[in-house]
Amino acid sequence: MSTIIDEQHKDVDPDQMDQDQDIEEYDLDKIKLLPGSSEDGTAASFQIVDEDHTLGNSLRYVIMKNPEVEFVGYSIPHPSENKLNIRIQTYGSITAVEALHLGLENLSQLCGVIETKFMEALN
Amino acid sequence: MADNNIVGIEYNRVTNTTSTDFPGHSSNEDQSWDIEKIKNSLEVKISKLDERESNFDLVHIDTSIANALRRIMISEVPSVAAETIYVFNNTSVIQDEVLAHRIGLIPLKADPDLLTWVDTAQDEKSKYTDENTIVLTLDVTCTHNPNAPKGSTNPKELYRNSHVYAKDLKFEPQGKQVELFKGNPVTAADPNILIAKLRPGQEISLRAHCILGVGSDHAKFSPVATASYRLMPVIDIKQPISGEQAKRFQRCFPPGVVDIDSKGEAYVKDARRDTVSREVLRHEEFDGKVKLGRKRDHFIFNIESTGGMPPEEIFIKSIRLLKSKADYLRNCPIGQ
Repeated sequence: MSTIIDEQHKDVDPDQMDQDQDIEEYDLDKIKLLPGSSEDGTAASFQIVDEDHTLGNSLRYVIMKNPEVEFVGYSIPHPSENKLNIRIQTYGSITAVEALHLGLENLSQLCGVIETKFMEALN
Repeated sequence: MADNNIVGIEYNRVTNTTSTDFPGHSSNEDQSWDIEKIKNSLEVKISKLDERESNFDLVHIDTSIANALRRIMISEVPSVAAETIYVFNNTSVIQDEVLAHRIGLIPLKADPDLLTWVDTAQDEKSKYTDENTIVLTLDVTCTHNPNAPKGSTNPKELYRNSHVYAKDLKFEPQGKQVELFKGNPVTAADPNILIAKLRPGQEISLRAHCILGVGSDHAKFSPVATASYRLMPVIDIKQPISGEQAKRFQRCFPPGVVDIDSKGEAYVKDARRDTVSREVLRHEEFDGKVKLGRKRDHFIFNIESTGGMPPEEIFIKSIRLLKSKADYLRNCPIGQ
């Protein structure tokens, strides 16, 4: 697991000039922490806007694959509001945010694998 | 353990439907995330690939991922469709708004990668540019055909332009589009879609602005006619079935699924062709002799493109979109 994080750090740090600009391009309201998180951060709920079951269910699956995670579930509280709530509880060795971030990195990696395999099959 | 991956299909119920490949579920196998394991096990088999339709198997992948890709193909992969119609003259019997709607739904052969997104915040005058808009015009006037055969009642012989087709939409390259679309001008993917019918004296003259959009906004922007998957069927013959019974057994399945060998015994030739109709379960004589199921992690995708781009491109774009969703969210700061 640690190797995955290390790789990701390498990606984040390159000497790109527009690094600061990039950060500003990210939507500050895309994801927020919902009330009801534990003091130590091992249990937390997040709300993501403009996402649905597409990301919710696949992210749930990937995070559930993490042995450090005790519980993860998602819900779309109301069908006419495009909000996605996701709850993560860990056994204590990592925080919910770390579990979420690792899940997103793993999901991204998985997509890379699917793309490579599909390209191979195409040729 | 092998059975664990098979969804049971019984007479009036399904069993073992949920995937359980998570850490803590079974003690004898490590189910935690392992990208190397996925790299080694994931299989892609393409069985059909042409301009409009593709059929392939994605094996050893979870439903959540397969479903995400299917959903993205339908509603999030961008494509080009007519969005704004400027009607100059329409004396046909079909109303402006209905005509505009029909034109919007016509699939266009236009490469979405050559266009940028329209900035909806801008006002009507400045938001359409040669970078984000394709202009199509439709100018048809119906007239009498002076050379029509005597006594004919066929409108196609009696009149000129009595039928307005999608192919009558003419691409008008704007600015740098002349160069950009030189090799592949924008046309209707299916030229013979009927838009309207006219009679002598009637005329349609309009201009369509076609822009990039996604299926979640309007179905006309969906690049696929259908994008679906089904699970690989499993037919498990528990006891030998032979003789006349084998022939009856064979008839319970679509042609080519079950065959009879030289000993007169039924065997599964090609389970992939099965529709899982469960017909075999209706017959008492096969009670306990056969078990039906589906492989939980074997997805048979079928993608039918509307013609804007080839089906494999749509699938690849769906993978990239899912990846970019994850990457983007990973970098978003978490607010309070």
